[in-house]
Amino acid sequence: MTTLTATPDRPENRFQLQLFLYRAKHYLRLSIAHAICLTVAAACVFPLMWMVSSSLKTQQTIFTDLGLWVAHPHWRNYYVAWTRGNFGEYFFNSLFYTAVVVGGVIITASMAAYAFSRLKFPGRNILFVIVISTMMIPIPGSFIALYVLLNKLGLINTRLGYILPQINGGLALGIFLLKTFFDKLPQDLEDAARIDGCNKFQVYLHVAMPLAKPAIAVLAVFNALAVWNEYLLANLVLSDPHLMPLQKGLMVFQGAYITEYPLLMAGITISIIPILTLYFLMQRYIVAGITAGAIKT
Amino acid sequence: MNAFFARRWLAVMIVLAIIPLTSCSQKDNAKDPNTVLVWHWMTDREEALEHLAADYQKAKGVHIQLELYAPSDAYATKVRAAAQTNTLPDIFSVLGESRDLASFINSGHIANLASAMEANKGAWKKQFFPKALATTAFSAGNQYKVTPGYYGVPIDVTNIQMLYNKDLFKKAGLNPEKPPKTWNEFLKDNQALKAAGLPGLVSGWGETWLIDCFANNYAFNLMGEQKVLDTFRGKVPYTDPDWLAVLGLFEQLRKEDALVSGVVTMVNKTAEQIFATGKAAFALNGSWCVNVYHGMNPDLNYGVMLPPAFSKKYPIKIWGGAGSSFMVNAQSSKLNKAIDFLQWLSAPEQQAYLSKETANLPANRQSLKEVPAVLAEFASQMDSTTHPTQWPVHEAPKVVEALDKGIQSILIGEKTPLQVADDVEAMKKSLAQNTSPQP
Amino acid sequence: MTWARFKDLFTTYLFVVPATILFLVFSLIPFMKVFQLSVFEWDGISTHMQFVGLQNFKNVLFHDLPWLISLRNAGVITLLALTFQNILALILAMIVDREIKGKNFYRVVFYLPPVLSGIVVGLVWNWIFDGSHGLLNHMLASLGHPGWARSWLADPKTALYGVAAIHMWKGFGWGFVILLAGLQAIPRELGEAARVDGAGEWYIFSRITVPLMLPVFFLVSILTILGTMQIYDIIISTTNGGPGYHTEVPITRILAAMLGSSQFGYACSLGIIFGVILLAVSMVQMRLSKWSAKYT
Repeated sequence: MTTLTATPDRPENRFQLQLFLYRAKHYLRLSIAHAICLTVAAACVFPLMWMVSSSLKTQQTIFTDLGLWVAHPHWRNYYVAWTRGNFGEYFFNSLFYTAVVVGGVIITASMAAYAFSRLKFPGRNILFVIVISTMMIPIPGSFIALYVLLNKLGLINTRLGYILPQINGGLALGIFLLKTFFDKLPQDLEDAARIDGCNKFQVYLHVAMPLAKPAIAVLAVFNALAVWNEYLLANLVLSDPHLMPLQKGLMVFQGAYITEYPLLMAGITISIIPILTLYFLMQRYIVAGITAGAIKT
Repeated sequence: MNAFFARRWLAVMIVLAIIPLTSCSQKDNAKDPNTVLVWHWMTDREEALEHLAADYQKAKGVHIQLELYAPSDAYATKVRAAAQTNTLPDIFSVLGESRDLASFINSGHIANLASAMEANKGAWKKQFFPKALATTAFSAGNQYKVTPGYYGVPIDVTNIQMLYNKDLFKKAGLNPEKPPKTWNEFLKDNQALKAAGLPGLVSGWGETWLIDCFANNYAFNLMGEQKVLDTFRGKVPYTDPDWLAVLGLFEQLRKEDALVSGVVTMVNKTAEQIFATGKAAFALNGSWCVNVYHGMNPDLNYGVMLPPAFSKKYPIKIWGGAGSSFMVNAQSSKLNKAIDFLQWLSAPEQQAYLSKETANLPANRQSLKEVPAVLAEFASQMDSTTHPTQWPVHEAPKVVEALDKGIQSILIGEKTPLQVADDVEAMKKSLAQNTSPQP
Repeated sequence: MTWARFKDLFTTYLFVVPATILFLVFSLIPFMKVFQLSVFEWDGISTHMQFVGLQNFKNVLFHDLPWLISLRNAGVITLLALTFQNILALILAMIVDREIKGKNFYRVVFYLPPVLSGIVVGLVWNWIFDGSHGLLNHMLASLGHPGWARSWLADPKTALYGVAAIHMWKGFGWGFVILLAGLQAIPRELGEAARVDGAGEWYIFSRITVPLMLPVFFLVSILTILGTMQIYDIIISTTNGGPGYHTEVPITRILAAMLGSSQFGYACSLGIIFGVILLAVSMVQMRLSKWSAKYT
């Protein structure tokens, strides 16, 4: 190791000192970054671990044995939760509703957002402001008005009656988000496509949508989560048990007086697996960013 | 790649269009004249109710269709929404206060069961605990102008008392068979518990109705029912010394450090957890707790006691009445079948079955014989209970909220009883000035 | 209007027709109904409604102290969220953006809190903040500060901040995901070119990252404000608005009026006023966003 005392090759020493300091700064930054990430990650994972470990305990031990490690795990809780909660049918229903609502929101919102962003038509601004402003105004009381409306339309206790209001629910945020992304679209790409003879719809489908993949992925995850966790609307609109979503199954363990905690935790663990899977798949798109070459001007 | 996605979602949308045609709704079932549709929220009792429904079908040939909507808030919303569209089922329940029940009745949604109750010299009526029926009954001259009568059929009763942990008593050197009977004894026992390092009273006082219950018990004890009702009527101010004394009791609890930490924001389920796992010596809870404690800790050694009386002038009154009641839809085409079912459900045999399966007190007095020991202690007090639903006049909800939240402030040492009394009285006055006249 | 022009306009409108129909049916109609109900006094049940004009609104603005307290509480939590939560999300997004080891793991883990159901969140955090057996007090004691222990959610001084902490913990995952998406959209070459030219981290951040990310920042802050002002689930599962009125928020007040005191009309007027406030705040934000976009 070279010393820092005067030697004939001074520039070389300076370079190595700079290199050393640079590396030290880099590693210091790296370890701070890792420390922050790990601490936050621990805080995020902790409740999940508590949930899983609780699902393996019994009603008697769940609040007395507070450790995370379970000596005698009751794996049977998962089986009981699945059967008593009638998860098979509810699971399928939830998957169906989620897929349809997410698809519906993406298609409807992206088309509208593209029009607001890229196409000109009278009433464009007013319509946009009205639609977005409903996102700002929460109306807890609208549940009953919605029920009366669905009843008039004959949609009570139907899948359609459950799906449509939820697609509508995701519209405002979807249009807002997608318009933000579409606004950043370089005009020349579009012009090039138009010159090539594409009509509006083809430009939307082949040029705009691929570039908005991150926004679409965020939207997909956001709406999937909302639909998957939805319960109040299902309770209100649906009565046929064959149409009920997964959250209804979880209610079985939450009695008016007694909550069967281990089974409930097992049920919740089962129910978050699909959502996490979806997120895992979608986050590739969120991260993939814009396809290479599209930005090169 | 995008065409692929577009085609996929298009296929989904087509499926979506087809599915509604294939999902058969159960509306047809409900229109069947031989089916009685029942909406309930009692997840804990679903199995027992299904069993009874099957029995009824075998016995009388009528199909009882049970539909469960939990939790109770979601159920209440659904019932209200159905009321708006006149699509209520044959049998349902109105969860809420007398004010709401009165509104349902006056809107023509609930059948008056007085004639069925009084038939055969009151044969049906006599089977019940009087307090159970009183929960959903209206008497002449009531504040809501409801036709007097019986509007609900109770299927269980409950009351709220105090529990004490016998093992913790022993540890503190107290006699487990002699729970405190007066307020001073209660405070002394708490001091003994504190000396032994044991926590005192736990209750779900994050839920304001439980605070209301405790405060009300002592209000009745200190000034008697008449004066409390007069306060509601506006004839007595909340700054009256008797009310200050009631609020002062809560201040005492805080000063004596007699409460488990965090009761002020605790929900009852958490409080039950704490008492069941032996982390509190006293609890304020209702008879449903027997089942809950048993599930969490079957070895819990505890007893039931009345809230220790503060004054000797008036008796201490606990809250109690029907736990859950069912109402009959006045516009139902199967009115008589519905009433028949409810009569059958409240008969001694069915009540005994329900009570055993769900560890709740039966509404039918004759079914009491088969009730386990601790529950029997609760049952013995059934006739001396009271409840807001049994009073002829009620306090406005905003004033009640101000009182309960004010008590929470006392418990955390933020306000004094006098300040809270002033706040409540101010709220009452401002309501009197600003409410538009009732129709 | 020529045929071609008509066809052009027609196809354009087709883009917005599905969304507009859904919106008209499922948003506008219930919306109008709420407006209508706000000028009545109605308990939500009876067939009779009493017309009271603007009395409900007057009561909200001048005679409802708990409502004002709830607005203040929600405002406090929102300010905390706008600052701490979003700064944390930004830092984490920037770290993960830079090809750090284990970034796939972090990306999934940071998104766990929003996915967890409200029940689990309530149970776990109640336990963490519990006054007698809570984890936080336990940790403080082992770190040598047993005197700092308290019942976090029941103490009036800390209840609101406790609830805010839970909300921020649950919410940062969203900001993280959106900010990461935005960061990933910035071309690598810009940053690399600047670094080769000898630019420091702060320079790159302030001259390249921030200007390009401004729209995303505004998006995240609007979403944070809207989402946080409407906080509800966490309150219900932890403090229920207490102690006293210390953690009451607008939505709990609206629901108390709707179900608790059966004042449906009043609840509707609360909702409208709340909505107007949120709308105003969002409009200001959007103006700021447009104005700053012109600048960069």
